[in-house]
Amino acid sequence: MSDAPLPLSVANNPSPARWLRFEAPGVVHLSVGKVEIGQGVLTALTQIAAEELDVPAGAVRILSGDTDNAPDEGSTSSSLSIEVSGASVRLISAEVRARFLQRLALRLNCAPEELSVSAGAFLRAGAPTGQDYWSLAPEVDLAAPATGRAPRKPLAAYSVVGRNLPRIDLPAKLTGAAFIHDMAPPGMLHARTLRQPCRGARLAALDEAAIKRAAKGEVRIVRKGDFVAFVAENETVAQRAAVAAPAHARWENVAAIPPGADEAQWLVGQKAITRELGDPLTAAQGEVVEAMYSRNYVAHASLGPSCAVAEERDGHLTVWTHSQAVYPLRTSLSNVLGRGIETISVRHAQGAGCYGHNGADDAALDAALVAELVPGRPIRLQWRREEEFAFEPVGTAQVMRLRAVVDSRGRPVDWTAEIWAGSHVTRPALGGNMLAHEALPTPPPDPRPMDPPEAAGGGGTRNAFPLYAVGAKRIVHHLVERMPVRTSALRSLGGMANIFALECFLDELAERAGADPVAYRLTLMEDARAAAVIARAAEMAEWTRRRGPAGTGRGIGIGFGQYKNRSAYAAVVAEVEVEQEVRLARVWCAADGGLVIAPDGARNQVEGGIVQAASFALKEQVRFGETGIASCDWDAYPILRFSEVPEITTELIGPPGAPSLGMGECTMGPTAAAIGNAVAHALGVRLRALPLTRERIAAALGAG
Amino acid sequence: MNLTVNGKTVAIADDPATPLLDVLRNTLGLKGSRYGCGLEQCGACMVLIDGAPEFSCVREVGTLAGRDIRTVESLREHKVIAAFLAEQAGQCGYCLSGIVVSAAALLARNKDPSRAEIAAALDRNLCRCGAHPRIIRAVERAAAAMEGSRA
Repeated sequence: MSDAPLPLSVANNPSPARWLRFEAPGVVHLSVGKVEIGQGVLTALTQIAAEELDVPAGAVRILSGDTDNAPDEGSTSSSLSIEVSGASVRLISAEVRARFLQRLALRLNCAPEELSVSAGAFLRAGAPTGQDYWSLAPEVDLAAPATGRAPRKPLAAYSVVGRNLPRIDLPAKLTGAAFIHDMAPPGMLHARTLRQPCRGARLAALDEAAIKRAAKGEVRIVRKGDFVAFVAENETVAQRAAVAAPAHARWENVAAIPPGADEAQWLVGQKAITRELGDPLTAAQGEVVEAMYSRNYVAHASLGPSCAVAEERDGHLTVWTHSQAVYPLRTSLSNVLGRGIETISVRHAQGAGCYGHNGADDAALDAALVAELVPGRPIRLQWRREEEFAFEPVGTAQVMRLRAVVDSRGRPVDWTAEIWAGSHVTRPALGGNMLAHEALPTPPPDPRPMDPPEAAGGGGTRNAFPLYAVGAKRIVHHLVERMPVRTSALRSLGGMANIFALECFLDELAERAGADPVAYRLTLMEDARAAAVIARAAEMAEWTRRRGPAGTGRGIGIGFGQYKNRSAYAAVVAEVEVEQEVRLARVWCAADGGLVIAPDGARNQVEGGIVQAASFALKEQVRFGETGIASCDWDAYPILRFSEVPEITTELIGPPGAPSLGMGECTMGPTAAAIGNAVAHALGVRLRALPLTRERIAAALGAG
Repeated sequence: MNLTVNGKTVAIADDPATPLLDVLRNTLGLKGSRYGCGLEQCGACMVLIDGAPEFSCVREVGTLAGRDIRTVESLREHKVIAAFLAEQAGQCGYCLSGIVVSAAALLARNKDPSRAEIAAALDRNLCRCGAHPRIIRAVERAAAAMEGSRA
């Protein structure tokens, strides 16, 4: 095989022994650093290992996200688990298989090419050798670094990859204890926190007696600086203490949030770090078209609030977490707690879907702090619902001003996207703060504005460069320095807002040119795979038949994007009915993720993204009060419900011979754009600000 | 007090003001019912009380003496579970146990629900991952399976 660079996870964990073990006969232990966050990745990685090793998928037991026992694969984010971890598991498994065959060839004095593997047993010229992975394991060195040169199985020989295997984690999630929330080690205590209302606030007074009365049971109040927690044998008691506590706490130095700061437009004009990317301004001549789009703040709003279990015992701290980043979390805990990294183990346990950087890491620090203050007992610390809404980092609002110079045929020949946004990623590993750190006696310095580099797909700039042939293109990115609330990674980062803006703007340009939106896109698209998903989604939706005149109250629209301009392609067509509010009637989607490991799992991700993006686009906006987030329950922060979810038709049309492309976030932007364009078609008036609420529709129709 | 859970009567010593959910999870170790909001807004804690789907996160246990309480653990052999597995209906799964409870209650009173009736019956349950379309398909499949086994 080639000397292509090793996948990142193999480069960082080159020893196959870190990934695969053959101990109990018939069982393959696979360890990975990526974690299950509801996307079915453990099942897909199991399939890849089973395929390359030629063992039954049921033989593979997977361990994930454990700083003692699994490889460090950084964070489970950015739709990279199949692209990076999948490629790594494939390479490692192929290498391990080759080492076993070489060893057996030596033993049998034959060429490795004469040997094959079936269900974990080795055959020579098709006949049993009496040897299998487990019998030979003591003789095979898996510690030596992987070379990446072992032959990988050809696509045509695949029998496990590309098939639908049942998710290994689903049965327990239907009826039993499956989550970190359900852990109950012996001697466990329950804990809740009192949150510092904002960074810099100081606890001037705490009426502990009143809180203990309200708890109606034995509760211990522990403090470190302005971090306060309530610890009890009985969870109900701990919860009551936490519910009562804010009314019995007096804080000083609580900063006010500027009025109106929860509207995206507030970002424009704030002090920012400004960068220009892409082509210099050109002298392109033509009509100049400009439009401004926005998305408001969106919450991750995980269905289960953040939770962690921690135990301090004999100088060692063990933390169970549903963080997306167990190894980076261990480093952050080491820094905040001021203790050696070797004294901390972090283990992943499954939580509710997170869709990005929510309160998981913060809860882990909370639990660790309490464990240090109450050593010798496992501490289960769970956030309250209101706490999750009020204190998790939210997805930043974003404003996009698009400007195109249009030639005489109505085609853009020069394109500028000017973007205002807060930080899209403030994960602790990248320099962001964990919440409770700010309440400790030595708080961290003010967080610096930060965003992922363009090499990692960018944050505010993600997907802002059109994939279309638009002549010269550039981005002006204003990263706002001081945000009114914590913001961090939310599914697709700036990709959703940018694709919404770009694809709506394209419809506006098509309309000016008197062109059909699908035809217009296809004339501008030079990437054949992109054109293929656009054309297929339009066909699936019977675009030409359904696309009637504008302004009838019923509309159809399309949106396209290739996530990060390098992962999966997706085109989405949405059909809506609009009266006072938007009813999403039907959605069609064509997506291309190259080789798909687990087709049903991929489809689930693609469709889940459609529903979630529809919810973001139609309903969701985080509201601020005087000193913090004010939308703190499901009434104040409604999401799409069952009766509002449309029928969705999906086709995966990627060429299986092409490398796997991450699919988990590919429909977010295209869905928001398709809905935006469908609503504009239904109304005959364009709404450029998300979410497309009843109030905004009324305002647009009133103004129109 | 005595509480009847999944067909068995158990004596519990909890404060009567304790939410039923906490008693199920912590006193009885039935972890299938989940805490999502504690506000009767999300449905992750749904249980059957005398056959009706009810939130358990606020309901005080002291009000439930003599009532027939059934949790998702009592539905392990129910056709709804098999249908959810067949459709791979779910993503993170946190909402699923509550949804299974709502679906079982629907199918007990409506043998052949339409898509709209299924959606309406599940509207008190939130799903954040967007698994709704396949969850609805799973309930349709369960209805068909139950109809088939009666025929």
